Amino acid sequence: MPPKTQHRKSPPRQTQLPPIGPGSRESIHPESIHSGSLLSSRDLSIDDLRSILELADLLEGEDPLRRAQHLFKRRVSLLFYESSTRTRTSFELAAKALGADTSLVSAQSSSIEKGESLKDTGITLRALGAECIILRSPYSGAPYLLAEATGLPVLNAGDGMHEHPSQALLDLRTILTHLKKGSKITEKTLAGATVTICGDIFHSRVARSNALLLPRVGARLILCGPAPLLPDTAAQLTPGIEIERDFDRALAQSDVVMMLRIQAERLAGLAIDLEEYKARYQANADRIASRAPKALIMHPGPIIRGLEITSEVADGPQSAIAEQVRNGVAIRMALIMRALTPKSNASEKAGAKTQKKGRR
Amino acid sequence: MKPILIRGGRLIDPSAHLDAPRDLLLTDGKVAAVDAPGKIKLAGAEVIDAKGLTVSPGLVDIHVHLREPGQGYKETIATGTAAAAAGGFTTVCAMPNTVPVNDSPEITRWMQAPERGAAIRVFPIAAATRGSMGETLSEYTALKAAGAVAVTDDGKPILGDSIMRQALTSAARVNLPVIQHAEDTRLTGGCSMNAGALAFSLGLRGMPVEAESGLVERDIRLVAELKDSRPHLHVAHLSTKAALDAVRRARRNGLRVTCEVTPHHFVLNEEAVGNYNTKAKMNPPLRAELDRQAMIEGILDGSIDCIATDHAPHAAHEKEQEFERAPNGITGLESALGLSIAILHVQKNLPLSRVIALLSSHPANVLNLKGRGTLSVGSAADVVIFDPAKQWIFKESESKSKSKNTPFDGWTLQGKVLLTISEGRVVYRA
Repeated sequence: MPPKTQHRKSPPRQTQLPPIGPGSRESIHPESIHSGSLLSSRDLSIDDLRSILELADLLEGEDPLRRAQHLFKRRVSLLFYESSTRTRTSFELAAKALGADTSLVSAQSSSIEKGESLKDTGITLRALGAECIILRSPYSGAPYLLAEATGLPVLNAGDGMHEHPSQALLDLRTILTHLKKGSKITEKTLAGATVTICGDIFHSRVARSNALLLPRVGARLILCGPAPLLPDTAAQLTPGIEIERDFDRALAQSDVVMMLRIQAERLAGLAIDLEEYKARYQANADRIASRAPKALIMHPGPIIRGLEITSEVADGPQSAIAEQVRNGVAIRMALIMRALTPKSNASEKAGAKTQKKGRR
Repeated sequence: MKPILIRGGRLIDPSAHLDAPRDLLLTDGKVAAVDAPGKIKLAGAEVIDAKGLTVSPGLVDIHVHLREPGQGYKETIATGTAAAAAGGFTTVCAMPNTVPVNDSPEITRWMQAPERGAAIRVFPIAAATRGSMGETLSEYTALKAAGAVAVTDDGKPILGDSIMRQALTSAARVNLPVIQHAEDTRLTGGCSMNAGALAFSLGLRGMPVEAESGLVERDIRLVAELKDSRPHLHVAHLSTKAALDAVRRARRNGLRVTCEVTPHHFVLNEEAVGNYNTKAKMNPPLRAELDRQAMIEGILDGSIDCIATDHAPHAAHEKEQEFERAPNGITGLESALGLSIAILHVQKNLPLSRVIALLSSHPANVLNLKGRGTLSVGSAADVVIFDPAKQWIFKESESKSKSKNTPFDGWTLQGKVLLTISEGRVVYRA
């Protein structure tokens, strides 16, 4: 709803108010957000997806010494208000693999504990030379505030219950490796494939980012879980989403199954009968063997063994869990590269280096 | 005080069902005469030419947060009332969620003292329970004697049936309305916007419609139970169709239940949250389009008694936080008239006199503010002169309020206040 600024004196009974009523979220994207940012899966066009995945391939295959020249001594800050193993480490490894200096600021050991605001923390990091900030926050939408306050490229490493777009990208890379190896990204790349996300959808930023991303490249997406963890409104997230409350029925249709843990830290008083939950929604060996013996089993972690997934399944032959983690580094190298390199130069730069055998 | 003669204007006085060319004479802080153009002659009066303009009672806002005592960095009584005057208001009723909470005759009197520097008349609304803790009633008789015009625990709804019953009974005895911020906080923990698909998509916990309508229904049940003592329940900032329907039913049953709606709840819906715009965060939250339309419908059919702004100033650094951490509320005094005319009069064809009634005589009646919101002879010389056809751009940078937390910055509004007179003194001139 951009306000109109034109002024008109007459006729008197007409108004120039901006249109009142439902508007589109996309149209209100503030211009002050740096284009190298990644805040939501919604922001990624098919072209963006293609170039990020291609860049991830290039960087992963590159000679480590040459790779470390791309962002030599550039400064990347990791600002983590929540604990993290996979995401933090892989972002850090990715930045270092490109030669960047990284600094980690976490809530427990910084002035955040003394009450410094996110805005002021961001401005401080910028003053210290940060050129890109990777943010994890317990608050949905925090990356928008940081991106607007600093003008720097911000990579969303998980914000509250909202999104975790780099996870969705590494999940897409994992799925493509198994289902469509080597194919170019279009709106139809995953046409015919069905992906089920099962578990605590309501509290999951991974679920939201994947649910926004996968249908855009043609996948059919099923969300599965009990009503308290999966409200009916979830189906309105984007076109192409179905809700199926019966896990066995969902499994029988699935090429990919993504399991999510119950986020005890975000339940906020919600009581879940865990025995009943396991009986209906656990990915266990019997269930997978009988309903989805060929499906790819994924999990963004951390996994709670024996709850949403059993060890046989998590460690079994259908599991891609470790591969997801490995893909995290490649995807995040591409995202950091994209954030710190003027648009459209990122893949040329990496590509050129690879082809020209390091002529500098 | 020099007499003021306002000549040549179109005079709208809803309390007298008057909408006609009239001259208006103000002497000694009172309305002295209303008569046909050219009839009033008084040597020595300051003459104000209102040709082509509308003259109406100064506007009345029965729901504002002036933040004094205790939070002068957000707003003071002086700055808040200056903003009110610029918005055409001459009477505001100040909510008790100050620091400390206004639950005493001392604070009630302190807020009205000349030292506060109020530009216009301030009527305090006192806390319904001590410290707004919802446990023990405050002293209604003494509060009323000190000038309180209603009681409420605004922002901290009274959930317990028993204490709410006591509040309604005791307030009725001294003829004070009980104002309820209708939110069942047991259903809204950690919530920061309206419940629904948009909240899900933004990863925000949503306040369900039932949190408002459920408490309104409970309160109405209590008013019905106690109807022999004739309690008066006023529902603050109504935002949902379900709660409005409950109010309609109560009134059909002859209960004394009134309600107000804010401009933002009939102008904006939840989509204004956009990408976590904290200037679209308030409580009750902006609702679905269906609810917004219901608010307009309720205004047009008369089910909604009045418009109130819920003017809630917050410092910039407080709003520049993560959405879930930012405080609730927006400023509203300077945009209320322009939004109301633009939406209700221009878009929905509500007669201008009814828009003015919703902002003057009706709110004055709801809180029984004698001699306010009217231009009858002998009432307070509270007048606003405005150009109802004038479109203008509302700029937060030009606001007189200490805080600038408005979602309407840069909006084109219609209806420009040119002069505000409070008790015979000019307190704002554009």
